[in-house]
Amino acid sequence: MFEVFGVSSQVLFGQLLIGLINGSFYALLSLGLAVIFGMLNIINFTHGAQYMLGAFVAIFLLQYAGLGYWWALLIAPLVVGATGIIIERLFLRWLYQLDHLYGLLLTFGLALITEGVFRNYFGSSGLPYSVPPSLQGGQNLGFMFLPNYRAWVIVFSLTICLATWFVIERTKLGSYLRAATENPTLVRAFGINVPRMITLTYGFGVALAALAGVMAAPIYNVSPQMGANLIIVVFAVVVIGGMGSILGAIVTGFGLGLVEGLTKVFFPEASNTVIFVVMAVVLLIRPAGLFGRST
Amino acid sequence: MAAVEQMGTTAGPVRLWSEPVAFAAMVLLLVVLPAFVYPVFLMKALCFALFACAFNLLIGYVGLLSFGHALFLGWASYLSAHLAKVGQISVPYWLGGWQWFVIPLPPLPPELAILGGAATAALLGLIVGAIAIRRQGIYFAMITLALAQMMFFFAVQAPFTHGEDGIQAVPRGRLFGVVDLSNQTNMYITVAVIFLGSFLMIYRIINSPFGEVLKAIRENEPRAISLGYRTDRYKLMAFVLSATFAGVAGATKAIVFQLASLTDVDWPMSGEVILMTLVGGLGTVFGPVVGAFFVMTMENYLTAIGQWVFVVQGSIFVVCVLLFRRGIVGELAHRLRVRL
Repeated sequence: MFEVFGVSSQVLFGQLLIGLINGSFYALLSLGLAVIFGMLNIINFTHGAQYMLGAFVAIFLLQYAGLGYWWALLIAPLVVGATGIIIERLFLRWLYQLDHLYGLLLTFGLALITEGVFRNYFGSSGLPYSVPPSLQGGQNLGFMFLPNYRAWVIVFSLTICLATWFVIERTKLGSYLRAATENPTLVRAFGINVPRMITLTYGFGVALAALAGVMAAPIYNVSPQMGANLIIVVFAVVVIGGMGSILGAIVTGFGLGLVEGLTKVFFPEASNTVIFVVMAVVLLIRPAGLFGRST
Repeated sequence: MAAVEQMGTTAGPVRLWSEPVAFAAMVLLLVVLPAFVYPVFLMKALCFALFACAFNLLIGYVGLLSFGHALFLGWASYLSAHLAKVGQISVPYWLGGWQWFVIPLPPLPPELAILGGAATAALLGLIVGAIAIRRQGIYFAMITLALAQMMFFFAVQAPFTHGEDGIQAVPRGRLFGVVDLSNQTNMYITVAVIFLGSFLMIYRIINSPFGEVLKAIRENEPRAISLGYRTDRYKLMAFVLSATFAGVAGATKAIVFQLASLTDVDWPMSGEVILMTLVGGLGTVFGPVVGAFFVMTMENYLTAIGQWVFVVQGSIFVVCVLLFRRGIVGELAHRLRVRL
């Protein structure tokens, strides 16, 4: 045990760990938003609701099918991603020719519907979801206690983020995606089915949100409004990082989680608002965002 | 937001009688309706109608979608309620330790309380606007939403707002020391006059040379810049004006209901004003008023079904965006080929 600025290492690293955990979710969610925005030019306001759906699918799987965490980690993103594909085919595809703001309004409406339905059946109180047996317990690192599940969340979300970055920036499929982002008409002329790519991209972005939801289920309570407040913070993260860069979204997500954790230690009153303050400062200094290209 | 369907302003032969006639009809309705409808409901709807008109000034005529307008409604209502009930303002500042800077004020009469609330909203509009107009489109919406959320957390933590309880039992007081506002009729007339006055001012702004520049920015900002307009200043001015009128709505609402609460600063309220304006018709003069009455009436009948209100609201969003982008008044204006 040692002290930093009068704060015990236990407290400091404990909050930094929580910061990293929150950062994992910021990174996963803002990554999904960035991927979707890149292809569809739509800011997916439903993202928070889809994160919540992921957590609820995990609960349903446990209750009705007896399938535990690991199955949920696989099935929930597929199920929620499929609903995303349906949403894209039914609603979003009519909006691509219109102003971007209509996409925001439509997905906001979908978020209201989803969260309203769940609040109606599950109230506002949360449901518990237990940590899988294989990840219970923790390690004593000397300066702090590290629960296994939290370590897993950080490592796994970092892996997913980097894998997504690798697919988009370093593979052939990713190069199609990036090309279609730049000039969809030209890419179609090369015989690539761009509309299908758009649909699958939305499904993938939504699946990422659901994956984050399953990972969050054992840490936070599973409740209908778990995504509503989170998504606003993630919007701020996206504004800070700029949506131009995948790696930027990941770095900003984790970084801001840490900033939030540090604030909790040294100035707890501001921990709710620090990310918004950072956003305001970044906008004043670098309006395009830390990793953004000015538009 | 060039793709907003501006049918009310551009389609077909423009008949200038339509707006005065519609305005006269609106005034007539405001005179007649209290005989048939519960006045408290009317006052609530009028406050929201003004709120929506203020919001429409930004989305309809500058093309900026603010997702944080609850910030101005809510904080103006807090300040107005506080000034009317307590008066004294204490501002904390840091000088090697927290100190309080105290402005000793007695409880203020309603007209000053409302002005104080509106001034607060104008100041907040200046700060938030200066930050938010640095980005366009989607980003503008996200930034305003985030800043409004930040101010929501301040409202939760600041002692004078009384957190979950809100500021309750705000005295309505006497207008100009003479008119007793605890009388429902007096209160209704006051609200109606505030609404009509603000409505006319907004109408004047939209049709002034300043308003024409705003529309030019909405249609093509680079061109407006190349014509020598400092578009950022125009956008900031429009933002402050919109925030101020939203503040007037919030401050009046606090006096009418004798209450300022967290509901008015929270993000669902920002969504609701978008819904009102969208239903009524973006960029139409009367649309926000019709939309506000539509949404308020709907919620009045739907209070019994609890959380389903959000589902209904969300469904209206989806339907409006997909099939009914002109809104009620926009559609009417398009069919009749008039300006409304």
